[in-house]
Amino acid sequence: MRKKEFDLIVNAIYYMLLTVIAIVFVFPTFWMVTTALKPTKDIFKIPPIWLPKPPHWEIFREAWYKRPFNTYLKNSLFIVTLDLIGVLFTSSLVAYSFARLRWPGRDIFFLITLCTLMLPSQVTIIPLFIIFNRLGMVNTYYPLILPSFFGGGAFNIFLLRQYYKTLPTDLDDAARIDGCSNFQIYWQILLPLMKPALAAVAIFTFMSQWNSFLIPLIYLNDERKFTLPLGLSAFRYEFEVSWNHLMAASFLTLLPCIVIFFIAQRFFIRGITLTGLKE
Amino acid sequence: MRKTSGLMFREARDGYLFASPWIIGFIMFYLGPILATFFLSFTEYKIPLTPKWVGLGNYFSLFTQDVQFKVSLYNTVYYTIFVVPLSICGSLIMAMLMNRNLRGIAAYRTAVYLPAVTSGVAVALLWMWLLDPSIGIINYILGKIGLPQPLWLQDEKWAKPALIMMQLYYIGGNTMVVFLSGLQGVPQSLYEAAEIDGANWWYKFRHVTIPMISPIILFNLIMAVIGSFQVFTQAFVMTQGGPNNSTLFYVYYLYNVAFWWGRLGYAAALAWILFVIVFVLTIIQLKFSGRWVYYAG
Repeated sequence: MRKKEFDLIVNAIYYMLLTVIAIVFVFPTFWMVTTALKPTKDIFKIPPIWLPKPPHWEIFREAWYKRPFNTYLKNSLFIVTLDLIGVLFTSSLVAYSFARLRWPGRDIFFLITLCTLMLPSQVTIIPLFIIFNRLGMVNTYYPLILPSFFGGGAFNIFLLRQYYKTLPTDLDDAARIDGCSNFQIYWQILLPLMKPALAAVAIFTFMSQWNSFLIPLIYLNDERKFTLPLGLSAFRYEFEVSWNHLMAASFLTLLPCIVIFFIAQRFFIRGITLTGLKE
Repeated sequence: MRKTSGLMFREARDGYLFASPWIIGFIMFYLGPILATFFLSFTEYKIPLTPKWVGLGNYFSLFTQDVQFKVSLYNTVYYTIFVVPLSICGSLIMAMLMNRNLRGIAAYRTAVYLPAVTSGVAVALLWMWLLDPSIGIINYILGKIGLPQPLWLQDEKWAKPALIMMQLYYIGGNTMVVFLSGLQGVPQSLYEAAEIDGANWWYKFRHVTIPMISPIILFNLIMAVIGSFQVFTQAFVMTQGGPNNSTLFYVYYLYNVAFWWGRLGYAAALAWILFVIVFVLTIIQLKFSGRWVYYAG
């Protein structure tokens, strides 16, 4: 079987290439972990110590209990769960309206929607704070959660709209002839085909809310309400904190992101459903 | 006749209804702040004082007197010209590499996505350390293999290229994920049909993949331009705009004007100039998109 041998070699080269790339990309994270495992005196040694012997695993535990990270973790999980529910439902519905339904003013409003991405958030942050302050929502989670239930922002809407546009409109027409309402077309026909894009939106929402620093910093004053990045930053300014503990705590807070990505990426497998319709 | 207009009415009604969360959200969370910023850009507003109307004064001094404005605009355009093509092409290549249905591909995808996950402040600090000329590991490795060891962030000539190179670390990040999700939507049957016609991989890439994911490419392109004009964190954490203003990026300058000098009116004017630039660039991209973007339908 010559063909089989050839395929085997191609695959081997492919894996080698991917492995080299992976090593390069994992390096900063690897360095983070290996630093967390070193005693303080070894951290800045040149030539560097690649793998500390023995690894000081207890630094992870010490770092975690130096501050109430368990509370921060609970807060972050609560916020990000609600954000995910809000964004996935409302942004896909709004994007469906932009991509598939015709209504007067739609294209102009879409352009205005894009405009909201073009003003740097550093300037709109103050007027927005004034609004939430008037609503009495400072030091609550509402400013971090409410926007997710109102379309989830222009980025997600734009992304999903573009993805809807790659799906053939024959699907809608066929469903409409069968008596489906617009909502049924969205919910039963198109949404199942949107899984890869929804997975992407879920990943982005999780990552951005999980790592969000400036917004919670502005709105939350009570330390019991702090999220992980705020806790991490407070941790950084404590004088006795060393690099190994900082890296350990940083790594622990981003561990959930890695797990979420690993789980969500399995939706990036080729959709099987589209082929039946193509003539 | 009546039936079609009834259908159209129902479609428009549902259109508004489904878009309503965002219409309300836009009015609540965006419209007010945008209008407030617009108004403030015509005022002199130092934080505890009340805004004082100065007409076009802010804009006038920006264009005639402000050297830092010009420097920051130059730096940002320079950064954008390199970063946008690098990140779009790099991410597309990465997505295609990661789009094979191989055993263990999930681990590889996660590996290249890692830098995007770790993009917090701690990682910016980590990068400063990696790039440090004396204790950094990058110059240690360059020295070992006999390459020159630049001063990176401490050298006016190398600071911008260093930040641009750092951005290469994110080609496995969000842009790649968007491409990856786009590649899933390309019907396998099109590739099979092309193969029957004897197409090679380049032909399939050029005439099947690219057109089918072109709406997704447009999305990434527009977002990359917007994002790179707003580059901020690296300058904020790693270089504070230096050395000698070589990494004074636009939004970092704006941030300093607003939160360091407390000149909110002036900062609002800066924000609106940035808005106009990015808006024009987006419109140009949307206008030209008709020539190369293919919408299924």
